[in-house]
Amino acid sequence: MTALLEIRGLKAEIDGRQILNGLDLTVNKGEIHAIMGPNGAGKSTLSYVLSGKPGYEITGGDVFFNGDDLLAMDPDERAAKGLFLAFQYPLEIPGVATLTFLRTALNAQRKKRGEEELSSPDVLKRVRELAKQLSIDPEMLKRPLNVGFSGGEKKRNETLQMALLEPKLCVLDETDSGLDIDALRIVADGVNRLRAADRGMIVITHYQRLLDYIVPDVVHVLSAGRIVKTGGKELALELEATGYAQYQHEAA
Amino acid sequence: MNAQIRPVKTAAEIGFADLFAAVLKDLPGGSSTQAIRSDAFDRFAAQGLPHSRVEAWKYTDLRRLVSDAKPLASRPDAAAKSAAGGAGAVFAGVDARRLLIVDGAFVPELSDLAALEAGVAIRATVEALGAEEIPLPFGMASTDPVAALNTALAGDGVLITVAADVIVERPIHLVFVTTRTAPGAMFTRSRLELGSGASLTLVETHEGPDQSDYQVNAALQVDIGDKASLDHIKITSEGAAALHLATLEALIGAGANYREFGLTMGGAVVRNQLFLRLAGEGTNTSVHQASLLAGDQHADTTLTVDHAAAGSQSREVFKAVVDNEARAVFQGKITVQQGAQQTDARMMARALLLSDDAVVNCKPELEIFADDVQCGHGTTTGALDDQLKFYLMARGIPEKEAETLLIEAFVGEVIDAVAHDDLRDALSQTMLAWLKRRK
Repeated sequence: MTALLEIRGLKAEIDGRQILNGLDLTVNKGEIHAIMGPNGAGKSTLSYVLSGKPGYEITGGDVFFNGDDLLAMDPDERAAKGLFLAFQYPLEIPGVATLTFLRTALNAQRKKRGEEELSSPDVLKRVRELAKQLSIDPEMLKRPLNVGFSGGEKKRNETLQMALLEPKLCVLDETDSGLDIDALRIVADGVNRLRAADRGMIVITHYQRLLDYIVPDVVHVLSAGRIVKTGGKELALELEATGYAQYQHEAA
Repeated sequence: MNAQIRPVKTAAEIGFADLFAAVLKDLPGGSSTQAIRSDAFDRFAAQGLPHSRVEAWKYTDLRRLVSDAKPLASRPDAAAKSAAGGAGAVFAGVDARRLLIVDGAFVPELSDLAALEAGVAIRATVEALGAEEIPLPFGMASTDPVAALNTALAGDGVLITVAADVIVERPIHLVFVTTRTAPGAMFTRSRLELGSGASLTLVETHEGPDQSDYQVNAALQVDIGDKASLDHIKITSEGAAALHLATLEALIGAGANYREFGLTMGGAVVRNQLFLRLAGEGTNTSVHQASLLAGDQHADTTLTVDHAAAGSQSREVFKAVVDNEARAVFQGKITVQQGAQQTDARMMARALLLSDDAVVNCKPELEIFADDVQCGHGTTTGALDDQLKFYLMARGIPEKEAETLLIEAFVGEVIDAVAHDDLRDALSQTMLAWLKRRK
């Protein structure tokens, strides 16, 4: 069986600084992987390199997504193939209504996959249902994307996008940052509803707290651009108790 | 010893002098009009075509950009009239009273003059000039050389009057169209007199063939009575080789509302100059302008807002999207006169450059002679935000579409200022069509 995501010896740099240092990771369908690690370990870089953000130079290794060469694709192609990055800091786009954005994104992906585009009322119906599940005020959908949204509203909006676009692989970059406990629960419930046998997830987080709500199958420790330890969900609790110091030492 | 230095006249300046001498006797108007024309031409001739050392024309050097004076276009024949039929299509979906100005001449038989609202009068400028019933001289714009040329050579246009307290629901659409491919010059003068308490939406579109380097010098004077309300919307979409020089002069009465919107897309060289005098107290004025430029287009919007009385508010927003080697110019000057206390004036110019060779020149100016006012201005210039583009692409939106969405959002702010729903929708569609043509 082809792995959903296979990363082999990935090396990447930005502005001449090496961030990823030969990273290996395999995620199969139905699995949730947590990636934890200290600040500066390369967690966000990994999420950006996977989604194709400009500015990163790949200096070694391969990434296969359902067997396809992910690194050869533009960001929009990766999204249409089913990769979704939930941003740590979702961007504000003045002048673009949230609903317009959602419809444009969904139909762009469907078009690229050769599926029929959905009518505006159909999109609206789906979005409304999902908004309700995530306690998002429908009025917010008319507002410009993320403009004036609170931190919690932005993360709920990211979760809404993820649910609407039904990706095959979700990469959640520090989804817990900036969330109070109630918002965290709403977002985590939204993510958990997306758990499915044919979908994989990578949950990137600094703290163990999020993993109480989104329980992973596998936990990795990322340090200095490499996976330095892999274990079960109990590894997260262990890290919470001991911190990352031993791994930083190991990597250095 | 003082020596008066007179620059060598350009071929175009000599051409305008020859043209004026040849046509003056045939231009509409009696002897007093002829005197006004001669006086205006003398003022033009003394200055010549404006060039980069003339502050108000700093970025639009007509000595360089205008190589010759074209002969005046002849009045439209049957072929020209039939070619003009489809003009103004951009607002085809809007229920408006269409008035056609073909090759510089008002054509009543192509215009919708049926069932005029009570208190509304429409006539040809040529007729009003013949009867010496239209004031030709400019006020604020009188020292401008291009306005002076218009006074000297204006042949026709439309004169609209709306009586006091008449609310005109149906917009009036002035459709200016150049039909001929043989290059010519069109000098039009139009005028709107809006009585006190009256209300009107006036739309203007300007278009012509791409194959001809025709020249347009169009002037519009509006006199907005006390407590009257005017929405004015202009689209400049001349042919690819055309020269479009336009002067708008507005006199705004006490308590009046004036909303001005301009979209500039077509023409090789375009200058839209607006002279607004907030003459009465407590007026409310907004000016929203957008330029969408590509190729080697040059479009200049120059705005002078004169707060001449107390307690008026003005808002000016200018946005430019500039691609390829095009150049957008925005000059905005707000003057607050000594007695104009409690003036609230704000001006913002923002440009989006889509290529490394695109240019924008922004020059905001404030001249304040009152001490109890709120005035501000700002300018920004930049490229499309790569972070925003990545965010959209990461959601599956292809690069070109992501750019279109971001540009649409950028220009959308000024289009949203148009109050009339159908006109606003048509303007949005026009902008989108421009974006889709972008390579």
